[in-house]
Amino acid sequence: MTLPTKAVLQQLEQIQKQASEELEKINDPKELQLWKVRYLGRKSRLTQVLRSLATLPLEERRKVGVRGNEVKNILESSLAEREKILEEARIASSLKYKKLDVTLPGQPLSVGRLHPITQTLEEICDIFKGMGFQVIEGPDVEWDYYNFEALNIPQEHPARDMFATLWVDAEVEGGKARLLRTHTSPVQIRLMEEKRPPIRVVVPGRCYRYEATDATHESMFYQVEGLAIDKNITMADLKGTLFEFCRCLFGEERKIRFRCDYFPFVEPGAEVAIECLACHGAGCRVCNYTGWVEILGAGMVHPDVLRRGGIDPQVYSGFAFGMGVERMPMLRYGIDDIRLFYGNDLRFLKQF
Amino acid sequence: MKVSLKWLSEYVAIKLTPQELAERLTMAGIEVQGVQTVGGWEKMLVGEVIEVNPHPDADRLKLATVNLGTQQLTVVCGAPNIAVGQRVPFARVGAQLIDGHTGEMLTLKPAKIRGILSEGMVCSEKELGISDSHEGIMVLPSEAPVGVPLSEYLGDTIFDLDVTPNRPDCLCLMGIAREVAALTGEEVHLPEIDYQEEEQSIDSLISVDITAPELCPRYCASLVTGIAISSSPVWLQQRLKSYGMRPINNVVDITNYVMLEYGQPLHAFNYHKLGGHKIIVRRAKNGETITTLDEVGRTLNKDILVIADGEKPVAIAGIMGGLESEVTDETTAILLESANFDQATIRRGARHFQLPSEASVRFEKRLSRELPLVALKRATRLFHELAHGKVVEGVVDVYPGKVKPEEILISNEEVKRLSGLDLSIDEIVRVLTSLGFECQRTNIPSQALVFSPYWRSDINCAADLVEEVIRIIGYDKIPTTMLSSTLPEREPGPRLELREKIREIMVGLGFQEVLTYSLTSLERLRKLSIELEHEALKVANPMTREQEYLRPNLRAGLLAALASNQKLEPDGIRLFEIGKVFLPRGDELPQEREMLCALLSGPKSSLSWRGEKGEFDFFDAKGVTENLLRGLGLIAEFKPGSDQNLSPAESAEIISDGDRIGVLGILHPRVTQTFEIDGAVCLIEIDIEKLFIKPSGQKRYTPIYRFPAVSRDIALIVDEQTSYRQVESIIKSFPLVTEVTLFDFYTGEQIPQGKKSFAIRIVYQSPEHTLIDEEVNQIQQEMLDKLSQELGGSLRS
Repeated sequence: MTLPTKAVLQQLEQIQKQASEELEKINDPKELQLWKVRYLGRKSRLTQVLRSLATLPLEERRKVGVRGNEVKNILESSLAEREKILEEARIASSLKYKKLDVTLPGQPLSVGRLHPITQTLEEICDIFKGMGFQVIEGPDVEWDYYNFEALNIPQEHPARDMFATLWVDAEVEGGKARLLRTHTSPVQIRLMEEKRPPIRVVVPGRCYRYEATDATHESMFYQVEGLAIDKNITMADLKGTLFEFCRCLFGEERKIRFRCDYFPFVEPGAEVAIECLACHGAGCRVCNYTGWVEILGAGMVHPDVLRRGGIDPQVYSGFAFGMGVERMPMLRYGIDDIRLFYGNDLRFLKQF
Repeated sequence: MKVSLKWLSEYVAIKLTPQELAERLTMAGIEVQGVQTVGGWEKMLVGEVIEVNPHPDADRLKLATVNLGTQQLTVVCGAPNIAVGQRVPFARVGAQLIDGHTGEMLTLKPAKIRGILSEGMVCSEKELGISDSHEGIMVLPSEAPVGVPLSEYLGDTIFDLDVTPNRPDCLCLMGIAREVAALTGEEVHLPEIDYQEEEQSIDSLISVDITAPELCPRYCASLVTGIAISSSPVWLQQRLKSYGMRPINNVVDITNYVMLEYGQPLHAFNYHKLGGHKIIVRRAKNGETITTLDEVGRTLNKDILVIADGEKPVAIAGIMGGLESEVTDETTAILLESANFDQATIRRGARHFQLPSEASVRFEKRLSRELPLVALKRATRLFHELAHGKVVEGVVDVYPGKVKPEEILISNEEVKRLSGLDLSIDEIVRVLTSLGFECQRTNIPSQALVFSPYWRSDINCAADLVEEVIRIIGYDKIPTTMLSSTLPEREPGPRLELREKIREIMVGLGFQEVLTYSLTSLERLRKLSIELEHEALKVANPMTREQEYLRPNLRAGLLAALASNQKLEPDGIRLFEIGKVFLPRGDELPQEREMLCALLSGPKSSLSWRGEKGEFDFFDAKGVTENLLRGLGLIAEFKPGSDQNLSPAESAEIISDGDRIGVLGILHPRVTQTFEIDGAVCLIEIDIEKLFIKPSGQKRYTPIYRFPAVSRDIALIVDEQTSYRQVESIIKSFPLVTEVTLFDFYTGEQIPQGKKSFAIRIVYQSPEHTLIDEEVNQIQQEMLDKLSQELGGSLRS
């Protein structure tokens, strides 16, 4: 081995030793960059050494070359290791610095909400949409004809007592007096005048009564009317439809009662009640100690009503139902005063 | 209506428990709203007063000896009405009763009253909890069995029934008895209606003439002489009292009793006070007068039906009798009226005189025209039996309104078609027969011809019969099936979809939905404008002044809601409502327009340690509007507005496709003040009806460009009069400009007076290639030139 070769090998050992010692002490990423330039850069001693190999005999050049590359690899991997250590230390210290008081309150965001009645209406309509019903609407201000006469409630009919009415025209005789509809049923006639069976609709809307308000009575309330007319529609279909509705809205377990009741525009008539949600049928103030809460009136559309709508009752049959909407959230959430709905106190509305 | 089961059981056997019976009746359409148990008295017996002596040391007290069957007890009694021979309720020591003075429950203890030991008590109705009567002891009917526990003798169950308007026949005991019989398979026991008649014929003693047959389809009368007016038997008085009726005398009490039994109101006239021994049923003359039983003089008119004698009205038909022909203690002969009157006439008359009586409420319903004669005979029999009257031979029966009973065909197919229940015709006939219908089989095996019983005036068609059949069979027997018929054609519902979409967006923007009343007050409308009164439809019979006008806008209600919440809500308020407003159209139905109204007021962010400061302003409202319309796919522009409720400096009209669809702005300080609102309020109002017809409401996909965008910021100085919209539209008119964002706006010291500065970021992008600087520079230079030429704009240096 020639003397220059030995010297070169010694130089390499020295570079490796010196570089490693320096690297151990570096804690700053900037210094690490300088170290890299110093020992691995184009102008570094190691590069110079490796370049100077050309002067050596071929045999020894190979030997030194191998050693030179070894040193370079060692330095590079030491550098990578050091970089990793420094990066981890940096993350660790930054995390320490950023530690939060997680108990500080979060950013309050303004959340909008739908009125509970809107939510209920959507829920009710969605259930019926799932059964093939379409949603339609009608006017709030109606003719006496649609609200009463066409529904088998002529002037002086005792059933008019069931509907205390707010009138627009107090003096006009016959069906030409205007009134605030007392129920959503007038839409039945309006629809029959326009459409032929099959008909399958639900009608949500506001209704009005001449009534002093208290915890359970409102002068304005929402109803959802339903109407299905076709050949071969029976009371069994009505019962099935309404039971399915109750199951969807009040749950599988809730007991349902389907009993005879009277409404002038249906025959046979029915009423649906569910087991009281407050006392589970035991009897309490909510259910007037009967264990049952009435939720809707229903029946087969009266043949006279079909006839007035231009539909032949010998060929077609159908059912209709109508329900008060406020009752549902009152039962479900235990709301004890119906006036809260249209009092629009945000402290109430924000709860839903 | 209240029904005593004890009384009811005289007409039908009741084998079910009260709870079971209540359930059956309710299911069949007669809802039992309440079940009240009378009785449950412990240590109380029926006693007989066998001796009454004065108390040695007290004038007002007596010593009464009461026979209880197995023993006799002497007690101190203060009741003025106690007398030997009476059957009375007697409480032993240990009995629970109600203190007559305090109304509280107490347990009877032996007591020494003025030195004499009293071990028991003769009770008043109040002490038993039967009524509020405490003037004296309760006197039981003389046939009350001595020594029997009081609960056994007097105990009862009272049903409170809700009878629907179609079933006036059920407003009496017989009606309920028929229902119970049909529901439980029992027979109805009809009351006795036969009596012995005298020889003299009624025709020679009274004549009845109906001159208004359209208002009086039937008039029946009987004549009873030799009547001794007295109080009626105790049992009868008790029954009337249990129905809240005051016993008067045997004649009046009997008419009331029969009314409770059959539902037919009756009226007894003092026969000798009937001038000319004539009855004329006629319309009153205008201005004619009568003094009624309540001693009130009343002026009549031609819409009122009266019963007159030869000279004058003696009763307002179906409403109240006249004072002059009233049955008094001196009366010896009575003419008993049992008639049918036009329900509408009675209804209007009772309302006109504000005289809802037991009779009028019944006549207002549709009573059977066959009923008067049955009820007449029953009452006449009781006059004979209980008032020792002699009944003149025959009855008067003037019946101009007789109708042929309707026949209705029923078949098992029809029952099945409507109810879904498959019943044989035999079963159908059996049920109908049990309800009193007469059924004849026809030559078609599945059919029957049905005649209604006289008391059922509500049966007019086959559907009515179907209900009768299934309500007795039981609604719980109806199967449950789902609709299986064809689905109707799907019709578009743009209104509902649009409304739902708007709600969704508004809620997403942090707004709380409210629903306010459709009816509002004049006062509230005037807060907005004095003219609104003429633009709003008025209700003829408002319940309150607060709810008198149909709202012509949503603002008023929403502002009131804001005002009432402001005091309670520390944070900013965002409210919206979607609802109808009502715009009058002469005599037609009003136009019902769907509107959106939204309000913003107060701090933008909730109070928070890192919250954004500042209050809602015009541009918050505009941002909401822009987001909403963008969400609906609508393109809108804004022009200065002139809504009188908004501040002239800060209001805008919202224009879409050239049409004004709404307004937005800051509420006019005057309006803020009248509604007592603190601080500025931003209002947005959009006419939803106008959105339906907008062609721009169609969303289209635009491709996402693959090539990178270049953005440039410029600071542009323009005259103060120049609107941002002018600047923006010039910028947007250049090719490749995809986005223009104003990110700063400045007027002030650092720029010349009369000028303002816009800092705008412009984004350029090409669908076809990567933009190079030179390309963008060139476009932007042309843009600046145009801004300079058209608006005098220059870059801020």
